[in-house]
Formats: sequence, C-alpha cells, structure tokens
Amino acid sequence: MIDGWELVVGIEIHAQVKSNSKLFSSSSTNFGSGPNSQVSLVDAAMPGMLPVINKFCVEQAVRSGIGLNAKINKKSIFDRKNYFYQDLPQGYQISQFKDPIVGSGFIEISSNGQSKKIGIERLHLEQDAGKSLHDQDPNYTFVDLNRSGIALMEIVSKPDISSADEAVEYVKKVRSILRYLDTCDGNMEQGSLRADVNVSVNKPGDSFGTRCEIKNLNSFKFIHSAIIYEAKRQIRLIESGESIHQETRLYNIDSGETRSMRSKEDAHDYRYFPDPDLLPLIIEDTWIENIKKTIPELPDQKKDRLVKEYNLSDYDAGVIVSDRAISDYYEEVVKERNPKLVTTWVTSELFSVLNKKNLSISETPVSAGQLGELIDNIESGKISNRLAKDIFEEMCETGKSAGEIISVKGLSQISDQGELEKLVDEVLSANPDNVEKYKNGKDKLFGFFVGEAMKLSKGKANPKLLNEFLKEKLKI
Amino acid sequence: MKIDLNLLDARDLLAKKEISSHELTKTYLDNIKKGEELNCYNTVATEHALAEAEKSDLRRKEGNHKSPFDGIPIGIKDLFCTNNIRTTASSRILSNFVPTYESTVTQNCIDAGLINLGKLNCDEFAMGSTNKTSYFGSVINPWQSSQSDAKLVPGGSSGGSAAAVAADLCVASLGTDTGGSIRQPASLTGTVGLKPTYGRVSRWGIVAFASSLDQAGPITKTVEDAAVLLEIISGHDEKDSTSSIKDKENFFQNLNNSVKGIKIGIPKEFESDDLPVSTQKAWDECKQLLQSNGAEIVDISLPHTMDALPTYYIIAPAEASSNLARYDGVKYGIREEGKNLIEMYEETRSIGFGDEVKRRILIGTYVLSSGYYDAYYIKAQKVRSLIKKDFNEAFQNVDAILTPSTPSTAFAIENEPDDPVQTYLNDIFTVPVNLAGIPAISIPFANDENNLPIGLQIITNSFEEQKLLNIAKNIQDTINYSHKPNKWWTND
Repeated sequence: MIDGWELVVGIEIHAQVKSNSKLFSSSSTNFGSGPNSQVSLVDAAMPGMLPVINKFCVEQAVRSGIGLNAKINKKSIFDRKNYFYQDLPQGYQISQFKDPIVGSGFIEISSNGQSKKIGIERLHLEQDAGKSLHDQDPNYTFVDLNRSGIALMEIVSKPDISSADEAVEYVKKVRSILRYLDTCDGNMEQGSLRADVNVSVNKPGDSFGTRCEIKNLNSFKFIHSAIIYEAKRQIRLIESGESIHQETRLYNIDSGETRSMRSKEDAHDYRYFPDPDLLPLIIEDTWIENIKKTIPELPDQKKDRLVKEYNLSDYDAGVIVSDRAISDYYEEVVKERNPKLVTTWVTSELFSVLNKKNLSISETPVSAGQLGELIDNIESGKISNRLAKDIFEEMCETGKSAGEIISVKGLSQISDQGELEKLVDEVLSANPDNVEKYKNGKDKLFGFFVGEAMKLSKGKANPKLLNEFLKEKLKI
Repeated sequence: MKIDLNLLDARDLLAKKEISSHELTKTYLDNIKKGEELNCYNTVATEHALAEAEKSDLRRKEGNHKSPFDGIPIGIKDLFCTNNIRTTASSRILSNFVPTYESTVTQNCIDAGLINLGKLNCDEFAMGSTNKTSYFGSVINPWQSSQSDAKLVPGGSSGGSAAAVAADLCVASLGTDTGGSIRQPASLTGTVGLKPTYGRVSRWGIVAFASSLDQAGPITKTVEDAAVLLEIISGHDEKDSTSSIKDKENFFQNLNNSVKGIKIGIPKEFESDDLPVSTQKAWDECKQLLQSNGAEIVDISLPHTMDALPTYYIIAPAEASSNLARYDGVKYGIREEGKNLIEMYEETRSIGFGDEVKRRILIGTYVLSSGYYDAYYIKAQKVRSLIKKDFNEAFQNVDAILTPSTPSTAFAIENEPDDPVQTYLNDIFTVPVNLAGIPAISIPFANDENNLPIGLQIITNSFEEQKLLNIAKNIQDTINYSHKPNKWWTND
C-alpha cells in the first residue's frame, strides 16, 4: 500500500521450455550459436511447411502445471495469433488462446514473513519469435531465426499480488519451482524467463483501477522498480485529476521510467483462430499419472522437511530451498554432519564467496564434498573455525582440498599437551605484569593471554585445550 | 509415334521394351512444345526430365526399376514444392522461388520412378475456378465448342493439370482440391479427377491455401490410372499432423467394376431447373446404367447443401488470409523495397498478389476480426459440422452418392462473369465434399450438344476410395467414353 492507495499486480511469465528441440520442429535450441544456424524449413516458414508438436515440450508443460498445483486440461487447442513482423516468419505465432493446456492453480509465497497464496490463471504453450538485429547495418534490420519456434510457457497469475515485493517473490517462486521441475532453466539474463506486469491502483474499497502492462522485464530488480515507478505514476495522474489509459508500456532500464508503447486503441487485432495444421492436443490420464510420478520434491515440501529433519530456522530453510542446486549442495554436505555448522558455512561463507565472484552455485569453486571435508576437520578439532576460514579462502582460490592445504602448510591444530604447555609458559613469562594484574582480579585479561598464545602458535593452538591449560596455569 | 498413353499403356510398353523412358519423355516434351498455346505449364523441366528418364532406362535395364511405372512422365501442379525446380503457385510473389526440398507427394512419385515433366499452371494459390487468376495467364481448354472456336476455360484451380492430361501433354498429372479444384477442371476437360479423403494424402510441401480443406489427388485419363496414382501418393506422413495413420491401400490391385447390391443416393438438393438439359440427361442416364448393372438407386436428402458455398467462402479465406501471411518479402519470393518495414510489406504484397487472392485475404481477415469472428467464422464451423452430419446420415443408408460435377460445361474465357460470386457457383456441387472431408471422383460421362465433356461426381464416405473407384470403373467400362478433343493447337 502506498499512501492510502492499493496496488494490484498481475504477472505473465514467459518461461522458455527446457528442451533440446523446438516446439514444432526438430531444430536445436542451444543458446549462443551463430545467427540462423538453428533454423529448419518449418522455423523459416518455407512454403508448404507444417508444424508437428514436440511431445517432450507438452510433457514439460504438464509437469510445470502439476508443480503449480494446477488443473491439466486433457484437451487443449493451438491457435494462430496473426500479426506481421520481420522476425515472425509465418506471419502468425502458434499459441493457445481459448483452451490452454493448463488451467487454474496456485503457489504460496512468503513476503515480509507472511505467507500468501497467489492464484495461477493458466499456463499455455506458444512459439517464440526470432530476433531482430537493428545495429548491423545503417539501412537494414537483420533477422536471426535461431529463437524462432522455441517453446515458451506463458504463465498468467491472477491479480492477487499487492506489492512490488510480492511480485518479486512470486516470480522468484515460480522460477524456483520450474527449476526444481527442470522445465525451464530460469536464466533471466539470457531471456529464458521474462515477465510482463500488469499494474493498477485503487483506493481501498473501490474496484480495480485501469491497468497498464509493462512488457519484457528480465530481472527481479527491474520488476520491482518498474512496478514502483508505474504505481507512483498512476497515483500522481489520478491525484492531479487525470485518468489512466489502458496501454502497454516499456520500462527503460537506464532511467528507471516506463513510457507508452501503444494504447489499447492501437492494440493489434490478432485474429486468433484454431490452427488447422494441428489437431486438438489430447492427453491421456495415464500419461499425466506417469508424469506425476516423476515430479521431484518441490521447494515448499523440501523446506518443511529441512526444518523438521535438521531443525533449521524457517529463514535458513527458505534460503536453502530457494534454488534447487543450492539445496542439493546443502543436502550433500549436511549428510551425517552438524546441521548448524553446515548451514552457517553454506549460507554465510560459501554465499559470500559466490556473491563476491558473481558465481552461481553450479559454478562453485568448492564442491560439496570438499566443503564437507573442511567441516569434518573442524568437527574433529583438527582445525579451529578461524583457521578453517583461511583454509576455505585458499580452497576457493586454488581448488585444492582442505586436507591438502592443512598438510602442506602444517596447519593442523596443536593439541599436543607438551607443546601447549610450552606455549602457555612462554606467554606467561613474557607478560609478568599482566599475570600479576590477573591474579589481582582483572579477569578480563584472560582473553589477552589466549590471543597472545594463538598469535604465537600462528592460530594453530586448539582453543579448547589452550583455555584449559591457561586456566590451570593461572590458578592462584 | 502414336502417343496418348495412359499409365497402364505406358507401363506395358516400357515392360515390353517397346519404348524407352527417354523416348517417352522426349515425345511428351515435344507435345508440350507443340501445345505451348494452351499455356498448361509454368515451368517445363526439360533437362531434369530427360536426365531422370535416362536414369530410369538404366534402372530398368539392370532390372532395378522402382515400380512398374518407373520412367513414366507426369505433370505436377505448380503448388507442389519440387527440389531445384521453380515452384510459383502461379503467383508473382513466388515467381522466383526455387525450393530446396521435395513435397511428400512428389517424393512418393519419385520413389515410384515417375518423371516430373514440369510445373502445371493453376489459379494463383489455387484460388479460382477458371484458371484466369494465374500470374502466368489463363490455361486454355483443349476442347472447343462445335459451335464456335472461342477459347474455353479448363476450370480451376488445377486447370493446367486437367488440360495437360486432356491434351496429352503428360500421361497423368497431380492436382490439389480445396473446393473442387481437381474435380471441376476434370469435368470440364473430359478427364478423371479424384479428391481423396482429407488426411489420406500428405500436405507437406504443398503451398497451403486452406489447410483444413486442401487435399492432393490425381487427374488421369482412366479410373485405373487414378487408382494407380492414388496408391502411389497416399499414406501416412509424420511430417503432416493431419495425415491419417491408415495404411496404404492397394487401390489398383483391388479394383473391380461390380456395383451389384450397391446403394447409390441421389440428393434432391442437387436437382435444379438451372441445370443444363444435357447434364440432367447424363445424370439420369447414369442412374439407369447403374441400376441395370445391379445397383439400387435411392433418393436422399443433404439438407444443408445450399449452405455449403457461403460456409466455404468464410472458412477457406479465413485460413488463406493466415496461410498467405508468410509471403511478406522478408525471406523469399519477390520483394519491393520500401522506406520502412510496413511500406515494404504493402508494396511487396500489392504487386505480388493478384486481385482474387487479395479479395480472399480481405474476406478472411474480415471474418476473423474481433467482433465478427463469432458471427462468421464460428458460425461457419457450426454449419460445417451440420454438412458433415448430413453426409454421415446419408451414408447410413447408401454406399455412394451420384451428382453432376459442375453446373455447366466449359465456357468461353471471355464470358467469365464479372461478379466473383457467379464464378464461385462453379463449385457448388464439389464444395460440400471438401467441407465434409470425404472422397469424391469426377469422371467423364458424355459430351453435350456442343461436344463439350460432361462430368459426373461420385462421393463415398471417408476412406472408402476403393468403393469410389470401383463404382467409377463400372460406369467407365459400361459407357466407354472415348471422345477426344481435336488437336486444333497442332498440325499433327
């Protein structure tokens, strides 16, 4: 809510289906190949070419629908959405209009510590268009059709979202679910997941205001700031007595503003009609049941289990399950180890390194096995936590294992009684004044002795044993 | 050399080594040259055909011929994409288009050893009933009225395919039929034209007009040839989602001419006072003929017959308006430069398409527009299911339906009515069949008082082409229709 206004947001997510080949042709979907190198006769809309549905893409859509707690429609229809553009070779996009493959569903998000259900209106399959390149020639636009025909899932939310934070949480959650299901890689920078947001504002108790759609947002940051900007723009207009025109707007990532792209009056008449080249898509119950059997544990279930099994806080569990790869990593490390220690190491030490180096979990320089070994050394008392951080840093830089670094550098903790005694004696005899003060009641100096001993041992002294020896020696 | 061979004649001559494929092909290429005035071919693939004929002769010499029909030259409607041979759909917009791929149907012909003589003229994008909409000009019907030497229309859209067979510019040909485009020209040229069940023949690689109605089929000199060619071109194709999974059938081998006990329906809605006397007479004679050959004639009703034409002229243009969107000057075909994208589109499509194509794109765009979609397109789909239902019910009681193929025989090119709706009426007897997706054949039955061929149409239920061919053969064998156009275009 902004200054006595209510915000209403609905989101359309375009998620590229994870599949080796396109929705209606056998061309590859690899990202980053040379222009027009992954284009079949069908993708280029050569005369007489016909689409043939890729069964795997249908399976992925059904799987996604199940993950979104949605109704799977056993009969769905592909329609043609007709419009002219240079990167749309057929002159129409094959999409699903009236009868999508997936009907209504919902997901749970948590925003500001509160859990909220967001309705899903539908999910449908459609083809992506090609890409126009406007910067290759002063007079001509070039077209790359590699993307033409790649399968997209359009996931439409109900207008249940009421803040920019919720909007981001919603998209994050959908992305996380799709990644768990392995139906979309969710890579927003490469455009495999992008969002159109519909924003309107109204006074509490009033009906919904006129909405504007902001197209093609490909980062959480842009989604957030575009909604905030747009809401404020609409409030400013209404408060100055003007009205909102339904329109499509574009978000400028440099200025952080939205500007009008086309008004409702200029909207295309897409002349949807069922594609006569494709029969209605009929899905058997048994097929759906078989797909259900392949659905992995999804983030919400996994979170509940982690809380129960490892006694994690709600927050930590939430962070860990937000990404399937992170949770897989975590679970590999935590096996038969101290969950609290593992959680700290994953969520603070590992994350800070990944953030600093701008790496994803799949690119981590320290494998789950390597981190596990490091933690084993801490748990066995061979190294201190402090030392472990240094070792971890080196592991990240060199890729070496903890054991290797410990043995090469002789970093293993001093737990030998004789050595520790020698250390303590050295420290005490070098600081007779402080020993005196301590004995006269200045308890706080205990930390000073520990620090000196540690320094002398280059951090290798076993802190627990060191404490015991010091206490013993300082006994009055 | 005496020519005018059908597929079976040519098969026998080749088998007996009385003629080589090269000689046969050469003779037909000569015929094409002599018949240039008829304007049947948009592209003659002379070198390709002769080279393929030599290969065929070699195969036969080594006993490796692909089928008994290996080496026989046929003509292909210019709507089938043919690898390395220009394919234009008789449109300016594709006038420079050379495919890098072969349609499934023509590939099936290649696999049987048939030789492609060239690409046959047709109405632009198969839209028309007179062949006048072709960018390459009208095809001229080899038949002339005994009353005048006016040039006559061959029908359309497969006018070139029908005229070429009638004038013996090929042994047989391939056409496509969206609303009558095989049967109507077959009827006007005294040839046999068969439209198969929707899904029997793959549409892959055929320039699309109206996807839910288009179906390829043979135009031939005899019913036997129609059976042979249908057998060659049909079969499931995984590249066409609407292709039937039914197995290929041996139409030729299973051909017989018995109609004993067969029930033939005569739909009362096809009766009309406007029907020419000679056409009515041919229809009546055919009923009697079938009856005396052992068939039973039954009066039936197809109540929505008169709704078929308006329904067709909503559905076909709707699909066409979308199917033809890809011809935009961006990827292939001609491009007329403009200051920007929109102007390039407008210029390219303005000069690239002819009037009839533009008319249908406009109609199609209109009926799909928001606000009109329900009133036109949805309603037309509903009527279409009623028309299907009519046929389904009729086929509960009869095996086949007999009607005239066309409301008139060939007329003068210059007499084509200015009102397009009048021209559309040429397809009034053929269109319901496409809407129902069922098979039908037109066979020549007699000539009218002006010595112009009259065709009759037999219709059966889906996938009953065998029955269709058998009835047609019965009629053919009984009447022995043997009229030929006098070859006014050549001195032979």
